[in-house]
Amino acid sequence: MRTDAPSFLAQVMTIVRRDLLRERRSGEVLWVTLPFGAIALLLVPLAIGTDAPTLQRIGPGMFWVIVMLFGVLIAIRQTNAGTQAQRDMVALTGLDPAAIFVGSTTASFMLLLVFETILGIVTIVLYDITPTGWVALPTVLVLAAAGLALLSTLAASIVSTGRSATALVPLLVAPLSVPLLLGATQAWEALRLGRSSLPWVLLMAIVGLLLAVVGVLSARPLQETA
Amino acid sequence: MSDGAVLVDLEGVSVRAGAVRILDDVSLTVRAGEAVGIFGSNGAGKTTLLRLIATLQPPQGGRCSVFGADMYSVARYDVRHRIGYVGHTPGLYPELTLLENLAFVADAQGLPTSEALRSLELVGLGGAADRRADHSSHGMQRRTEFARILMTGPELLLLDEPHSALDADAINLVDTLVHRTVDRGGAAVLVSHDRDRMNTLTTRTHEIKNGTLL
Repeated sequence: MRTDAPSFLAQVMTIVRRDLLRERRSGEVLWVTLPFGAIALLLVPLAIGTDAPTLQRIGPGMFWVIVMLFGVLIAIRQTNAGTQAQRDMVALTGLDPAAIFVGSTTASFMLLLVFETILGIVTIVLYDITPTGWVALPTVLVLAAAGLALLSTLAASIVSTGRSATALVPLLVAPLSVPLLLGATQAWEALRLGRSSLPWVLLMAIVGLLLAVVGVLSARPLQETA
Repeated sequence: MSDGAVLVDLEGVSVRAGAVRILDDVSLTVRAGEAVGIFGSNGAGKTTLLRLIATLQPPQGGRCSVFGADMYSVARYDVRHRIGYVGHTPGLYPELTLLENLAFVADAQGLPTSEALRSLELVGLGGAADRRADHSSHGMQRRTEFARILMTGPELLLLDEPHSALDADAINLVDTLVHRTVDRGGAAVLVSHDRDRMNTLTTRTHEIKNGTLL
């Protein structure tokens, strides 16, 4: 029988381990979606030909669109992840719903970051892009992954009980990810042109912060309505 | 938990789903040391009543407390780890092994992970610990749920149709879990459509019909 409740951090790590272990077993996110992302990136140069300046111009935009689609897929996966019986089991473990939210977001963030890194390399190679801003670019990748992970987890929590969850998630995630996409594409463009990307990085950071606050504060009520 | 202490106190509780009344004016008190059986036909409201006591189903009327925590207040979250609930559908993650499923609960409750294996051995699944849940039979999944109860040792045990689709050994296991919880000063509430089995295992029984406890 339990004597002391685990710390918040320990609870978060419990959820991260669970989600990553489930992903490792199913391979649903990385091993199914990643090749599709790479193929989508490959199709564009095949379609428009090897016009280097055009490819260099559209490459970053293509990359972020595919990352956003991947964020939607992660959200859909999360809505399908829990049956009522599983949700009941988790609720009765006494885990803090905020810890569950942070843990699920962290796991999604890690998966998105791996996805972004691999597809980023594919984009650089296929679109003949010379990366600039070796400090700022990783910051943009991290903020985009964090923002999309927060948005996906929040959207999945909101619609997880509805019968049309799979249809509703993209409708929620796609418009709300616009500020993130805008920030990410413009930050990359600013780096390419040698301008300051700080305003766009700040936009992404603020959006991420807002999503984190809303997610943590709404975790308990959302668990109750699930 | 002192013998006779009130663990569950429902008075005039109702639950609705749209216009349909699932539970209507239900009153029930469960004290430490009791094993209460609720029987009724399909759709009578048995599962809803059990989920309500488990704090998983919010009431929509009446007075309702578990371990003294009002179900309308946030205090209900703090008593959840004292409740063991086994529904009729196993709440296991299909991609994880039986041991990993239990280790997740052990982690979540701050218990040593070694307890997970020990509990699986106690229910006769030590040899199948590394088998994925979706590669295990329904009976094995149910046993894993019972192993979770053994591991966490809840003070209030709630079992939904606990004897269905089980072999003789597993049925004995259910009975052992109930006796063990009650002997330790806890309480158990079981719902079933099998009145005879309820009578042998519980200290008192109630019938539920159309959402009303008789």
